[in-house]
Amino acid sequence: MRSVPDSDRITLTIDRRRVEGRSGQTVLDVCREADIRVPTLCHDPRLEPSGACRLCLVQIEGMRGFPPSCSTLATDGMVVTTVSEDLTELRRSVVELLLSDHELSCLTCDSAGACALQNIAYELGITWSPFDGERHRTWEAADGALIERDYAKCIACGRCVRICQEVQGCNVYGFTDRGFEFLPNTPYGSALADAGCEFCGQCVSTCPVGALTDKLSRFKGRLWEVQRVETTCGYCGVGCTVEYRVKDGRIVGAAAPLERGVNRGNLCAKGRYGWGFTHHPDRLTAPLVRKDGELVETSWHDAIAVVAANLARIRDEHGPDTVAGLSSAKCTNEENYLFQKLLRAAIGTHNVDHCARL
Amino acid sequence: MTGLVASFGSGAMTNSIADIGLADVILVVGSNTTEAHPIVGIELKQAARRGARVIVVDPRRIRLVDHAETWLRVAPGTNVALVNAMMRVILDEGLADEAFITERTEGFEELASHLRSIDLEEASLTTGVPVDTIREAAIAYASAERASIVYSMGVTQHASGTGQVRAMANLAMLTGNVGRPGTGVNPLRGQNNVQGACDLACLPNCLPGYQSVTDRGALDRFCDYWETGAYLSEEPGLTVVEMMDAAATGKVKAMYIMGENPVISDPDQAHVRAAMDALDFLVVQDIFPTETTAYADVVLPAASYLEKEGTFTNTERRVQRVRRVVEPPGEALTDLEILGRLAEALGQRWKYTGPSDVMTEIAAVTPQYAGITYERLEREDGLQWPCPDESHPGTPVLHTEGFPRGKGVFAVVEHIPPPELPDGEYPFVMTTGRQLWNFHSETMTGRSAGLADLNPQNRVEIGPKDAERLGACQGDLLEVSSRRGTIRAAAHIVDDIAPGVVFVPFHFADSPANALTSGAHLDPFSKIPGLKVTAVNVRRVAEA
Repeated sequence: MRSVPDSDRITLTIDRRRVEGRSGQTVLDVCREADIRVPTLCHDPRLEPSGACRLCLVQIEGMRGFPPSCSTLATDGMVVTTVSEDLTELRRSVVELLLSDHELSCLTCDSAGACALQNIAYELGITWSPFDGERHRTWEAADGALIERDYAKCIACGRCVRICQEVQGCNVYGFTDRGFEFLPNTPYGSALADAGCEFCGQCVSTCPVGALTDKLSRFKGRLWEVQRVETTCGYCGVGCTVEYRVKDGRIVGAAAPLERGVNRGNLCAKGRYGWGFTHHPDRLTAPLVRKDGELVETSWHDAIAVVAANLARIRDEHGPDTVAGLSSAKCTNEENYLFQKLLRAAIGTHNVDHCARL
Repeated sequence: MTGLVASFGSGAMTNSIADIGLADVILVVGSNTTEAHPIVGIELKQAARRGARVIVVDPRRIRLVDHAETWLRVAPGTNVALVNAMMRVILDEGLADEAFITERTEGFEELASHLRSIDLEEASLTTGVPVDTIREAAIAYASAERASIVYSMGVTQHASGTGQVRAMANLAMLTGNVGRPGTGVNPLRGQNNVQGACDLACLPNCLPGYQSVTDRGALDRFCDYWETGAYLSEEPGLTVVEMMDAAATGKVKAMYIMGENPVISDPDQAHVRAAMDALDFLVVQDIFPTETTAYADVVLPAASYLEKEGTFTNTERRVQRVRRVVEPPGEALTDLEILGRLAEALGQRWKYTGPSDVMTEIAAVTPQYAGITYERLEREDGLQWPCPDESHPGTPVLHTEGFPRGKGVFAVVEHIPPPELPDGEYPFVMTTGRQLWNFHSETMTGRSAGLADLNPQNRVEIGPKDAERLGACQGDLLEVSSRRGTIRAAAHIVDDIAPGVVFVPFHFADSPANALTSGAHLDPFSKIPGLKVTAVNVRRVAEA
């Protein structure tokens, strides 16, 4: 944590608790840092505040009405209430309105367990919506094999529009129409590829409900069924933190934890979707030795013996510098260290390099 | 890397990824950032959104140009001419940081007198960038409170790559843009762990931590530590391209290739194939059968990075944990396990209990990694070297006080035209590069469902006028040939590529750009091949 100069320190009273913050933070930021739960649907720390969903409303002494905490700057001496009967009533009606046009297919929805709408409805004990009216239907968009759009579940929070614009700089989505038809969509409702989509899946990563999901992960495992393993991406040199989701020994999806690693929740197409190779049938699964011109399967014991015998023979007959090794920037530090150690200490040559130059 | 070592004494990204966002002006040279390093691309786009001035120097109108203030469409291989011209402007305008030059650098007088001989009109002719544009970019960079340079293979993969890197370092030092947040000279590394593979000496001229093999004392220390009876010479070994030459002529007889596919990724494919063929013994360790395993006497099945424990070091020198997500398939073993078995069979007495134990040894022999342990990596969000002891927090910005070699050195760098220029027979310049949805030789991305379908085929990017002259329409099949080979791919006509230049990605085994490139023109210092400039001929062979 960086140190905060005294002049930047502010103190608020939130739900009768004294809470410290820094100037420049929003009321929501201060609440979250103090572990005070304020429900949100349109908030993502990667995005500029928008105040669209009206769930993070709070009461602040001296301010009229119910300001949204996500877009209200915290100031010294502020007195904030996050829980009251009025607030609960307001949040209930927001959720009931959203549910009036939200397909409740939670039984088979991939976002079940990770859905912010499901969580807030559960928390408020909302079992049905008293509002009746038109509903959006699911339609098949020809978006390819990676991203699934389902407008029957869209709550028009705008996070997909904002992340594509503010973070990705691609502007694939915008809001179309007015009233009931007010929805995030591509220009003229075209397929994602035709709208200049880079298939980074950032929109999927920010969607709080099941309107945008990863097709590769469909019906493969929901949040409570999967093991989550955090590691470092193996593609380019940026080294993003990736959380893989694993079920029955197979990867079923990937995401990035927010506010960690160099990528802070962001990923590109390769990082988010480039893991299928690990289970590909082409994988080498047994050592192979060439016999009569053909590569044939053998045991590890024999394969290692053949390699050691030949490297030693050539080293001894022709000198260590007739042996050379190429290592890989795909391998770990530990493996690269041991590779050059093997060439230098066991063979006696500096003929070791890798693909840094290519 | 070689260039930055000469200028600063250390060859890594000077600043951090997060720190790019603090710059007022960002000069992006030879880096298709949004495709090759998309998350750094986000950093640049967001910086532009906040008002930072992004200046792109590239022969192609890459996607980042949409977010940039200016695009300098340089002719391939002319970055030095451009940077020298920019420095001339900076001197003329009195924008050099004299305090920084006096206190932190040496060699300025020689540079200054060279710069005074630079003719802007001539530089404009060489680079294809108008004088006024050069002047504006130079003034923008030099007048910024914090200016950062970001570059990649478009700078290094030239026969004059080391000179180009030194030119970048010159520019930064001339304006005092080193050693502070939001500044620096920042090479983006292409592969996930190139930085680590270099740090830990999979290099023919270095021992771990860039200790030189020409240093007898260092060699003796390592031999003692490793308890090896082997005698290690003070002569550097062979680089990858030199290895291929030596294999082809029989000077190298055995090769051990771990996780590389040189038949696709190295220049001059026919030559590499001949080299592989000529070897007495070849062992290849990989996760898939590749064009290179086809030549092997033994193929060892390895675990992928998703199936092992360890660490990677990213482009900003951050050492981060790699964790086993799933088990390796069949009998595949991690490279670490395989190396251990092989060492034992070769009579070595390695007694590592696992990757964390290897890191303990790395920390003991590598000064930059001395304070790094698995326990700390679990607790902290990675650690940026140099991290000299266990209480050191790591180093986000290099050279804040001084340079590892004391003072930074200016180098007089002259523009050297690429060795293979277009002529009557091969009238086009081909430049190569990466694409967003593909990675290197496609062994991984080409086998990942969904991703593999996005860009499955090669293409030749060509400007509308050149296409018209060849009678080629969008999608027509083109044949591209150089002195070394011929490939075919569909024409992809784009508006903003310079006339006489074609771009071919190097990912595709069925249409390999590296069948055309040359391994003969190495940078004399870094031994990097000049992959970015190849003279080629292009003709239309069939309709779309």
